[in-house]
Amino acid sequence: MLSRVAERLYWCARYLERVENTARLVSVYDDLLYDLPREIAISWYNLIEINSGVELFEQRYKVKDERNVLKFLLADDTNPGSLLSSLKMVRENLRTTRDVVPGEMWELINELDLYAKQHIKQGINRSERHTYLNTIIGGCQKIIGLLSGSMDRGAGWCFLNIGRYLERADMNTRILDAANSVLMQSREEESVKLGQVIWSKVLKSQSAYLSFRRTMRSSIKGAMAATFLLTDPHFPRSQLFCLEQIKLAASALPRSEVIAHQVNMLLQNTHGVERSEDLNQEFSRYLNDIQLSIIALHHQITDNWFQYMQGDAA
Amino acid sequence: MNKLTKNYDPDAYYDELIDQSGNPRPPAQRLLKYLNSLSADELEKRRLTAEATVQEMGISFTVYTEEGNIDRTWPFDIIPRTIEAKEWAVTEAGLKQRLTALNRFIDDLYHDQNCIKDGIIPEYIITKSKNFRPECVGVSPAYGVWAHICGTDLVRDETGQFYVLEDNLRVPSGVSYMLENRAITKRVLPELFENDDIKPIADYPSQLFETLAALSPRKIERPEIVVLTPGIYNSAYFEHAFLAQQMGVELVEGSDLFIGNDDCVYTKTIYGPERVDVIYRRIDDLYLDPEVFEPDSVLGVPGLMRAWKAGNVALANAPGAGVADDKVVYAYVPDLIRYYLDEEPILPNVTTYLCERDDHREYVLQNLDKLVVKPANESGGYGMLVGPHSSKKDQQLFAELIQANPRNYIAQPTLKLSTAPTLVGKGTLEPRHLDLRPFILQSKDTYVTTGGLTRVAMKKGSLVVNSSQGGGSKDTWIVETKGV
Repeated sequence: MLSRVAERLYWCARYLERVENTARLVSVYDDLLYDLPREIAISWYNLIEINSGVELFEQRYKVKDERNVLKFLLADDTNPGSLLSSLKMVRENLRTTRDVVPGEMWELINELDLYAKQHIKQGINRSERHTYLNTIIGGCQKIIGLLSGSMDRGAGWCFLNIGRYLERADMNTRILDAANSVLMQSREEESVKLGQVIWSKVLKSQSAYLSFRRTMRSSIKGAMAATFLLTDPHFPRSQLFCLEQIKLAASALPRSEVIAHQVNMLLQNTHGVERSEDLNQEFSRYLNDIQLSIIALHHQITDNWFQYMQGDAA
Repeated sequence: MNKLTKNYDPDAYYDELIDQSGNPRPPAQRLLKYLNSLSADELEKRRLTAEATVQEMGISFTVYTEEGNIDRTWPFDIIPRTIEAKEWAVTEAGLKQRLTALNRFIDDLYHDQNCIKDGIIPEYIITKSKNFRPECVGVSPAYGVWAHICGTDLVRDETGQFYVLEDNLRVPSGVSYMLENRAITKRVLPELFENDDIKPIADYPSQLFETLAALSPRKIERPEIVVLTPGIYNSAYFEHAFLAQQMGVELVEGSDLFIGNDDCVYTKTIYGPERVDVIYRRIDDLYLDPEVFEPDSVLGVPGLMRAWKAGNVALANAPGAGVADDKVVYAYVPDLIRYYLDEEPILPNVTTYLCERDDHREYVLQNLDKLVVKPANESGGYGMLVGPHSSKKDQQLFAELIQANPRNYIAQPTLKLSTAPTLVGKGTLEPRHLDLRPFILQSKDTYVTTGGLTRVAMKKGSLVVNSSQGGGSKDTWIVETKGV
């Protein structure tokens, strides 16, 4: 596998995962709208903060309302992390690596890209947003399904997995942070009532609701939901699972020891929360530290496999 | 019945599907009968399906504009063009003959130059050729073949006779569109493939693979083959990726390769260097190796020519093969066939006037309004004068250009290119001019595509079929007609 191709596959998977998770992230808030008591206003702007988009957002928009937040997160082509920008990047990376993935992948990504662009208004307006986001998530899963079902498990597969699970781990912390910050902004007497609603939305947005129920055998409480999404060993979107998958994929590649070491450190630092009172500013900082470690891991991956050092040939 | 083609008028041209009295030609009978059974609405539905399919399949080509590069979707007409299998067999033989002679010619030019010594072709072909590479003199590629992949443009005149319009021996494009056109047509008109005896075309990637594998300098079971692309901004990038994928080989850019101390070519992989045996390069000669050609170019690989000359890697097409891509050489191809093969050419050339020759130039200058003037070494339909459609001012300009550099210009009579029914509005068919580009592969064996890429001038009356100039394309069917 060419180093350049490996890098593009890695990014292709990261952006595709970002598309899916941006849709999931928005859908958490979107669902909340319908279930929260009328007097509680959720701040859509939280989503900008947890996505590290404050500076860019403020250059573009004066009003921090729902519409602008959605425009920024979904449609804005000056925001490199927006859903449409991410899709474009999936397509661009795939355009140069089409020869190593199943042929249908190109068709599926074009289909998704066309849908996302043509129906972007549905994503921004409230009435059809749910359908829009669901279709996007479904489109991403179709692609992952195609890869799982028809791609050989060579180096390309490993790089796609490393990219996907790294991005998923990162977005997982951001989704947790999104819930955490809504709760921190609510008054104490509200937060207990709110907790149930919010955490069940978070679990649903991660397709984790049933799995949580079966595994935890408990009603939905913040501490348990967060713990599940961080440490469950079997759920494919949990932090622990994502990190294990990165390690597994790396182990099939040359010079993987250094990556395994870094991931092990991250795994050791992955833990749940004991009590719902611990979902606070400190928890938010903890999530932020994980994000920084993930960025460091990304740099290590780049150094290890994508920066080709011209070796002694023959 | 017969509603769709009822008012169809091919005028004085040879129409590929419908003869002068309005009857379908034998290979088109089933097709036209079927099309006539469709309502205008149904046909429109099929056209829209095709349009959506092209978009979803992401079939595109890149056009250079002042605003930057635009990825345009491939313009496609759903009505196929048909050719009878028996007729095609003759054309195929003609193409094989032509390419065998051309490769003998190129090999001769880089060795003894007997064709010049024997007076078959004038010496200025080499001394003034833009594509002759002195760096290649004395090199002996495998099987004596330099042009491994050739796209030869064919046209028909009003009698239906096929003529060779030009040979593209450098980095010809279009074969992926030929394959994709078939894929789209199968989705749009699936009913026809059940009953009609349409020859399949899908084996091209395997044939290309075999052609390339046979060139490997290392006689090993699995030679490493790569497709070398200049990158995503190239107008044919879609095709480069498509072919690499279909052949199951790596698509590389210049920066993915390097030359080792042993003068062998290696790819930069996550495991370390891996040796390359054959490069199907889609980069022009002059950008292949900055050590030998353009020093500023970053598209190629420093030292590649060294590796090639040392015989450590095969390049397809070989550098310097473009010398025969010259429109002046074209004029001599029939003579070259007689000289090298001692055979009469099967496929005729279009009458060609060489402005270098005094008598020809005189004729050209006096008849600019009737002729098509082409520069000897351009591609993509650039820098041409189409006499009957030109202004006095254009003609004056070309008269000056020709006098200043006669070697660089040839002229041909304006051809009455054949036409085929093309969907121009809802349920409306009109004749549009077209040509045909078959692809010829040659290394150990010779192979010709079944049919080729049909390009259509989408504008009424226009003779310009290049996609970079707004042309479109159609599926091409070689049809077995026995029993019809």
